[in-house]
Amino acid sequence: MKQLKFKILSNVQIADKVYKMTLSGDTTDIKCGQFVNIQIDGAYLRRPISVCDLEQGVLTIIYKAVGKGTEIMANLDKGTVLDVLTGLGNGYDIAQSGDKPLLIGGGVGVPPMYLLAKELVNEGKKVTVILGFNTKTDAFYMEEFENLGAKVFVSTVDGTLGVKGFVTDALKEIADYTYFYTCGPEPMLKAVYNATATSGQFSFEERMGCGFGACMGCSCKTKYGNKRICKDGPVLVKEEIIW
Amino acid sequence: MVDTKVTLSGIELDNPIIPASGTFGFGYEFAELYDINVLGTFSFKGTTKDARFGNPTPRIAECESGLINSVGLQNPGVEKVKAQELPKLKKCFSKPVMANVSGFSVEDYAYTCQMLNDEEQIGWFEVNISCPNVHGGGLAFGTSAKNAELVTKAVKAVTNKPVYIKLSPNVTDITEIAKACEAAGADGISLINTLLGMRIDLKTKKPVVANKMGGFSGPAIFPVALRMVYQCYEAVKIPIIGMGGVSTAEDVVEMMLAGATAVEVGAANLVNPFASKEIIEDLPRVMEKYKISSLKDIIGGAH
Ligand SMILES: Cc1cc2nc3c(=O)[nH]c(=O)nc-3n(C[C@H](O)[C@H](O)[C@H](O)COP(=O)(O)OP(=O)(O)OC[C@H]3O[C@@H](n4cnc5c(N)ncnc54)[C@H](O)[C@@H]3O)c2cc1C
Ligand SMILES: Cc1cc2nc3c(=O)[nH]c(=O)nc-3n(C[C@H](O)[C@H](O)[C@H](O)COP(=O)(O)O)c2cc1C
Ligand code: FES
Repeated sequence: MKQLKFKILSNVQIADKVYKMTLSGDTTDIKCGQFVNIQIDGAYLRRPISVCDLEQGVLTIIYKAVGKGTEIMANLDKGTVLDVLTGLGNGYDIAQSGDKPLLIGGGVGVPPMYLLAKELVNEGKKVTVILGFNTKTDAFYMEEFENLGAKVFVSTVDGTLGVKGFVTDALKEIADYTYFYTCGPEPMLKAVYNATATSGQFSFEERMGCGFGACMGCSCKTKYGNKRICKDGPVLVKEEIIW
Repeated sequence: MVDTKVTLSGIELDNPIIPASGTFGFGYEFAELYDINVLGTFSFKGTTKDARFGNPTPRIAECESGLINSVGLQNPGVEKVKAQELPKLKKCFSKPVMANVSGFSVEDYAYTCQMLNDEEQIGWFEVNISCPNVHGGGLAFGTSAKNAELVTKAVKAVTNKPVYIKLSPNVTDITEIAKACEAAGADGISLINTLLGMRIDLKTKKPVVANKMGGFSGPAIFPVALRMVYQCYEAVKIPIIGMGGVSTAEDVVEMMLAGATAVEVGAANLVNPFASKEIIEDLPRVMEKYKISSLKDIIGGAH
């Protein structure tokens, strides 16, 4: 973990209530599947947000304005300097992916799938992605995933884009995958757990006090013992999860 | 040169700053960030006889200038603390540490303290009779002068190390409990633990934390904590460790003027992992600004 200053390079809306922020700073400590914890002027606790992309000292995050903190974030101007804790959480283990990994992201669970897809493609893997949203105006990043060379499926609950239904409805069309990675709301994760044939990794959310393992605010029980989502997670493997 | 040293029951601290129990784990998470030997000492995570998972999640609710936690004393139990946590701590911390202990019966408290008594690194016990997050224990002892006395006596009987009893603010008159602890032989008191509080989520229209209520701490509670330290200083002669919302070196000086010999820093460590270190580094500047040459001299100075 590092406590660092990051400067906002851009902060733009990319879908309904969804914003993409790029930040410049020291990204050397950050890994795929980890999160950063951002101090926000006007809120007491930091806000945990997943790492969406990394490139030569530029960190990209994508967040939805859902409450006090993220609404303040949405109004931050270019040039604003943020206090950020980086290198938090365990991240994805990409070595497990096999040749044909499947990535399933729902809503703001989509962003962490991006860096993962990029790294897997760079490793020469044949990546398939399912992106699930409620409706067309919520959807983002389909093109970005396609530009990486991933095969992209989209589902929307109301059918305004892609397959009508949930990510698991899109999953019915995909038989051939070696392993999966998923991030999204908990009901989606549970549905994915039940609908997948292989092993895989799940990224969880929990309300956090610190985000670096000190407060025991984010604990969960797993088959491998008690874990802190912020430090021993947010990524858990399918075999250890207790719903 | 200003002098930041204070003495807590015969043990000298380089400075009065003590990260508070539950916000500093067993130290080693923070030792990855900075040399924790700069601290006066720290109080490790509340330890109980048996392992505890604690309460269901969500356990955290943000508040204006603070947070509510309902962790519920998650810890691996005293045996694992001895076998796993303290050996790890020894590698990164060379000073005496404060052992924070909790329980559900008088026997529990005595058992856990007895188990920890032979740990050389433990300099003091901080006996938490004030956790608002567990049923039938913790707080039940801290809100009754009689129970506070029983726990104090039971713990004093199993250890020669100094015993600080950690008091709850969730009482009508904290000085009554403080006096009961003093009369029962406590070497000192520490206060305050968290204030029982709650938040309701407007979207779900239900309490934010799964346990409905939890302990409120952070800068918002500082004036309440300060007032209670001030009152206890007038009520007892034993030393007081003051805490509750302390986030700056100025807060530390204020707490000491109210009557604290040492000062714990809790929630601040969670939002800024370097908070305790930064407060220590800032103390000399604040002392010079307010013409304080030795911190020892200002304890209770506001009375
Ligand atoms: C590991 C991790 C990664 C995340 N990655 C992303 C991401 O990439 N993009 C994104 O849009 N969101 C992400 N989230 C969720 C994001 O943290 C919350 O949406 C955000 O904290 C809400 O803050 P707020 O002030 O707007 O909401 P408020 O409801 O006002 O927040 C009140 C408190 O609750 C906490 N909180 C509220 N919702 C959540 C939640 N879902 N998870 C954890 N804490 C919450 C806040 O942090 C704050 O402490 C992630 C959460 C975690 C734990
Ligand atoms: C997440 C969290 C966990 C805590 N756990 C304990 C504990 O195990 N034992 C204890 O005596 N106090 C515990 N406390 C209380 C603190 O030690 C301290 O008394 C209180 O938070 C007030 O200080 P603050 O306002 O600086 O946080 C906890 C507080 C927090 C925020
Ligand atoms: S949020 Fe503090 S331990 Fe995970």
